[in-house]
Amino acid sequence: MSELDRRDGGHGVDSEAQRSAELATVQDSDRYPVPDPGLPEHLPRLTDVDEKAFDRATRQVATMFGLVPLLAIGFVVIYFAVPTAATLDIGILNTNAKNFGLGVTAGMALLLIGLGAVQWGRQLMDDHEMVDHRHGAASTEEDVEYVLRELDAGIDESRIKRRKILGFTLVGALGALALPLIVSFADLGPKPVKRVRQNTIEATIWEKGIRLVHDVTYEPIKASEIVIGQLVNAQPENLQEFEGTDYLVEKAKASIIIVRMDPNSIKIPESRRDWQVGGILCYSKICTHVGCPISLWEQQTHHLLCPCHQSTFDLGDSGLVVFGPAARALPQLPITVDAEGYLVARDKFAVPVGPSYFERNSNSDFKGE
Amino acid sequence: MRFLSSRRRHPAAKVLLLVLGLFVMGALYAVVAPANQVSADTGSSQQVAEGKALFAVGCSSCHGLSGEGQQSGEVQGPSLAGVGSAAVEFQVGTGRMPLARPEEQAPVKPNRYTPEEVAALAAYVATLGPGPEIPDPADYDTAGISTEDIARGGELFRTNCSACHNFEGAGGALPDGKYAPSLFGVSNQHIYEALLTGPQQMPVFSDGVMRPEDKRAIIAYLNTLHERPSDGGFNLGGLGPVSEGLWSFIIGLGSLMAIAVWIAAKGAKAK
Repeated sequence: MSELDRRDGGHGVDSEAQRSAELATVQDSDRYPVPDPGLPEHLPRLTDVDEKAFDRATRQVATMFGLVPLLAIGFVVIYFAVPTAATLDIGILNTNAKNFGLGVTAGMALLLIGLGAVQWGRQLMDDHEMVDHRHGAASTEEDVEYVLRELDAGIDESRIKRRKILGFTLVGALGALALPLIVSFADLGPKPVKRVRQNTIEATIWEKGIRLVHDVTYEPIKASEIVIGQLVNAQPENLQEFEGTDYLVEKAKASIIIVRMDPNSIKIPESRRDWQVGGILCYSKICTHVGCPISLWEQQTHHLLCPCHQSTFDLGDSGLVVFGPAARALPQLPITVDAEGYLVARDKFAVPVGPSYFERNSNSDFKGE
Repeated sequence: MRFLSSRRRHPAAKVLLLVLGLFVMGALYAVVAPANQVSADTGSSQQVAEGKALFAVGCSSCHGLSGEGQQSGEVQGPSLAGVGSAAVEFQVGTGRMPLARPEEQAPVKPNRYTPEEVAALAAYVATLGPGPEIPDPADYDTAGISTEDIARGGELFRTNCSACHNFEGAGGALPDGKYAPSLFGVSNQHIYEALLTGPQQMPVFSDGVMRPEDKRAIIAYLNTLHERPSDGGFNLGGLGPVSEGLWSFIIGLGSLMAIAVWIAAKGAKAK
């Protein structure tokens, strides 16, 4: 109990009100420019003075509580009586009848309990304003002294002061337990040193001569069948050799899009003249910002939009960023045609595909010519 | 008149006057605006000649008198050489063309041409240069398609189409006021033609690269998806986080706030 409580010696409504009035007159002008106005005058509610209003509020609360058993019975009835396959079809509401009925009865029952409790508290329970002061957080001096005395006695009785080796070996034993923890956590994955990065996140399964095939159907793509304005979501042909996790890991890096634009309407830099086949260009499908797959391509503006954060790449200008948070151009895959006229990779990606990371070297990324 | 003049200072008078003014403006615009309707010359025997006449009336102001396009000036339009009859059937058949006014994207409107007139226009534009032809009804007839093919169509749809048209085909936004339209209620033929011709910003998915059976599988998947009743109740347009977020923020949080205000409200006092 705080000092204030002790002085008042009780929680009665009158003493609360008295105390509030007392507190309201305390001036603390050193800290606050405006004196504390205290609590507003307590006004009785309609239900406090009018017996009829009190009865009415009682009826409301009792009705809300009284409906809950009916809804609970309704829930059980619906649970057993309504067939699982039945559907409700009223206007735009089209739903499973059983789920709907169970949800409505259980939900309404809980809501009515809540609303009834709130109405009870607002209209019927005593509503005198009161102030609860916070207690000090520190223990009393006697308590502190007592605990410290007990602690010292405990240390003495443990004989740890007489035989110090007990304490040293215990600390050593507990400290040594950190070793298994550190080792097992440190070995959760390969450390991303340069050589590991080069063989994992910076490498794709694209190699010189690998055919470009359709995503889903794995059909090879003839250059002559691609018309201007075409978009193809594609994969490397050797993706089919992978399974399970490996398949997903490789697909996440190797996915590409192939587009064909009128060569006269786009900018092809001199260094990339032989990376394309008559206006057919191939880019990584993975956004260089945080790695969403993107194929939202506008064939007239040549812009490729990433729906995640609105990064926009101009595929008619070597995939340079024209808008949004992406910092690097979309990597382009050099392509050519094989003897049968199918599109194949001329080389692997010149730069790592996908999103940024701390160690990534951006010096060799395309920045325009 | 006495009725009106005595109520001219009524609080609702200004609002009603504004609504009336807007209504009159709208009605005048509907009367004066260039009509899409074209009177076909039924006396002509040749389909192409008929199409040429229709073209001169409905299309030539933007696309030029012989479909060569206009690249300069206030009213511009692309050349129609090589777009093929499929593009005409799609653009005119869905009411996108003729445009009412130049804008970012041609919206769908009621088509005012008869099927014969559309066919005549398509026949005329097809003579301007070789392009994709109106597909054979067998290409997009999905009757009797196997469930395996429908599942494959779903995979193809999610790979190639859902980036713009949403995973349920509900459409989505593109930069600068452009948009990928909803695919709900679009006919098999128009979906097939859109894939074939790549209207506006949509890329082309030509028959050589996306085979007719792949296109048919995608159409069958969409039809299956859209015919299926939604057992989860309101699907909120199938738009994903946008409509669900709006619903939970406005309806969900809104009603919670209303209840919180009610709980804390002082209520009626006796004095």
